[in-house]
Amino acid sequence: MERTDSELLEKIADLHDVPEGSFNIRKNGKLLARNSTTDIEIVPKTDKDGIDIIVKPGVKNKSVHIPVILTVGDFHDLVYNDFYIGENADVTIIAGCGIHNDACGDTEHDGVHTFYLAKNSKVKYIEKHYASGDGQGKKEFDPVTKIFLKENACFIMESTQFGGVTDTTRKTYATLGKNAQLLVKEKILTDGNDRAVTDFKVNLKGKGSRADIVSRSVAKGNSVQKFVSDLVGKNECFGHVECDGILLDNARIVSTPKIDAISPEASLVHEAAVGKIAGDQLIKLMSLGLTEHEAEDAIIKGFLN
Amino acid sequence: MLELKNISYNVKDETTGRRQEILKNVNLVFNDKNISVITGPNGSGKSTLIKIIMGLEKPTSGQVLFNGEDVTGLGITKRAQKGFTIAFQQPVRFKGITVKKLLEFACGKKLGIDEMCACLSSVGLCARNYIDRSVDGTLSGGELKRIELAVAMAKGGDVFLLDEPEAGIDLWSFEDLVRIFDKLRDKTVIIVSHQQRILETADKIILLEHDKISSADKKDDLFALLTRRPSTCWREVKEN
Repeated sequence: MERTDSELLEKIADLHDVPEGSFNIRKNGKLLARNSTTDIEIVPKTDKDGIDIIVKPGVKNKSVHIPVILTVGDFHDLVYNDFYIGENADVTIIAGCGIHNDACGDTEHDGVHTFYLAKNSKVKYIEKHYASGDGQGKKEFDPVTKIFLKENACFIMESTQFGGVTDTTRKTYATLGKNAQLLVKEKILTDGNDRAVTDFKVNLKGKGSRADIVSRSVAKGNSVQKFVSDLVGKNECFGHVECDGILLDNARIVSTPKIDAISPEASLVHEAAVGKIAGDQLIKLMSLGLTEHEAEDAIIKGFLN
Repeated sequence: MLELKNISYNVKDETTGRRQEILKNVNLVFNDKNISVITGPNGSGKSTLIKIIMGLEKPTSGQVLFNGEDVTGLGITKRAQKGFTIAFQQPVRFKGITVKKLLEFACGKKLGIDEMCACLSSVGLCARNYIDRSVDGTLSGGELKRIELAVAMAKGGDVFLLDEPEAGIDLWSFEDLVRIFDKLRDKTVIIVSHQQRILETADKIILLEHDKISSADKKDDLFALLTRRPSTCWREVKEN
């Protein structure tokens, strides 16, 4: 593996070596390494680019790594990955994509991920996006995540975008069955002229379903972020969306919430707060001996922790 | 030794446009190994005085001298590095910064569980229950106040500024608070408070009023000073 590959894999999937268990590592649109196991089977698609990840019922405490790296310019990678999670399974899926673009042309990765969780299953999905390289070309991610949760299924999504990504439009759609749960934690950092759009549409269909979406973002430089959420309560359910943003320099954050309680039993909440770092936070840390710059960094790191 | 020389502070009144005097020619000396409690009516400038000492506000005129050095022009960071430590009246909340991290910022190094335990147990908190919690709205006002004090103790220093340390702390834990003050007996400690039990721990009490500063080194003299005030609320301080 080349040095850039290793650095990207470490950033996006904490991988220092080839992982244990099932994995699929994709580089510049081609397979770099794959391991399929009896518990978690990885099957390449025949009709389009992508894989099916099949987790057998009852499989617990297993993980699967499916990182993607792109190290060339002028490249658009589109991949379709479908995840079938068996009943009572409990697994961790580590995705993530790293781009290193030193070229003038744009590099883009679009992962269309669809999750089908059977009854009583649980998935922790960790997705990290990171880009590096001094090229003028864009470093763009446009992921689409579709989540279908059957009765009592639980999907925990931790989505992180570090610096370097110039453009992103992230779309997440979820449909929740009876007593299903969706927990999302999103963290985004933008700088320079970066542009980031995140769009959640969550359909709380089943009785007792529950969604909690927390987005924390930091926008620096001249970057622009847009957060759109649309929660629909069709049954006795609870939904909560929280969008917190810190603005620095000339950056801009737009939050557009929509909550639609179709059922009178639905309880939906939206909270949004966008603004500069609070002056009293800076003063507190400076009173402990930190410089203003160190205090600002510490607050941002903590906020995105 | 900390000395305030002819400190005046005024601000512009937004409605009238006139200068409003908050502090006028304040001259005070705070000795080493001495606990001073500043008390006085609301709006008399107690917190402003603390802010001026810490470098949060610049006086309109006058000097702050620390061991003979003029520190009036130094900012917050520099004063903190010189040994000035403050516990705020209203503890600041941080999304995502944990109690552990805040203690580590205060100490300027990584801390082991035993060290954190020592910091937090001094304010009556069990480290295991708190170190990984964020210093945010999930903690109660009393918990935040105790953590604020623990962080100040962890930072250490020579001059401790405690702005209403009792606010939000329940009465039964006053003993904890008094124990903290006892640990600081070898420092220069300046406390803003209205509480009689805190006034009783003081070596020196300063009564700050809009137009006048009175101070007494002996408790009996000071209580006499307070109870001579025309306002009944000052008598209650003594009687309670």
